Amino acid sequence: MKLEEILKTLNATLLVGDSQLNKEISRCGASDLMSDILAALSEDCLLLTGLTTVQVIRTAMVAGVGAVVFVRGKKPPQEVIDMAKAQGIPLISSPYSMFVSCGRLHASNLTGLDGKR
Amino acid sequence: MSKLKKSFHVKARDFIRAGEASINVQNLLKSMNFDPRLIRRVAICGYEGEMNAVMHGGDGNLSVEVDTDRLTLEISDEGPGIEDIELAMQAGYSTANDDHREMGFGAGMGLPNMKKNSDQIHIESQKNLGTVVRMIFFLPEEGKTN
Repeated sequence: MKLEEILKTLNATLLVGDSQLNKEISRCGASDLMSDILAALSEDCLLLTGLTTVQVIRTAMVAGVGAVVFVRGKKPPQEVIDMAKAQGIPLISSPYSMFVSCGRLHASNLTGLDGKR
Repeated sequence: MSKLKKSFHVKARDFIRAGEASINVQNLLKSMNFDPRLIRRVAICGYEGEMNAVMHGGDGNLSVEVDTDRLTLEISDEGPGIEDIELAMQAGYSTANDDHREMGFGAGMGLPNMKKNSDQIHIESQKNLGTVVRMIFFLPEEGKTN
């Protein structure tokens, strides 16, 4: 699924990543625990989280996460946006809750980090 | 003799910069054209270890050493040490506080995750004498791939 379609599915705003709307994403991980993401097959995945700290971006850099979704309409502080921009990591903000965001992506055929549905 | 050794400072309780040393190691290994899968494993171990030092330890260092057959990653800190290493290695065991959890850490997965991603892990620690976590990643022979 292209990042552009994910934006529509999540009724979301793109905060960073104008040039990456064609990026393909097929696996999703949802967690507020960065160790869960670091412990899983999270390369090129979509990371859904309610955290908006710089550690989310560092986790994304270390694990090779493809894009980050902030749920419940959260917007990260400017330094987090700047860091993501510098690293080329797309950031998305969705008004939906974690549960509803995951449900909508699952209904659109996206899988978990292990490829299972 | 090692081909390269580089060390980066890690500052205790600096939650804003926590992780920078690991990103520096990641960038260094990328510039040396290591296998991206190996770089990812090293970066994950470094980052978990660095977060541990920042959250629980004292000021310290993250160092990486490259030899012909192995890469050694070492996180040392001058903190309070680990009283019971075996207990600390158990998934889910944690002494973290709310500040740590607000950053997405402190669920007791750091050391188990470091063990999973490295080929060998050695921990030396004594109460009030700091901690050294050393991880070894074996490199494939020249011309061979993992």
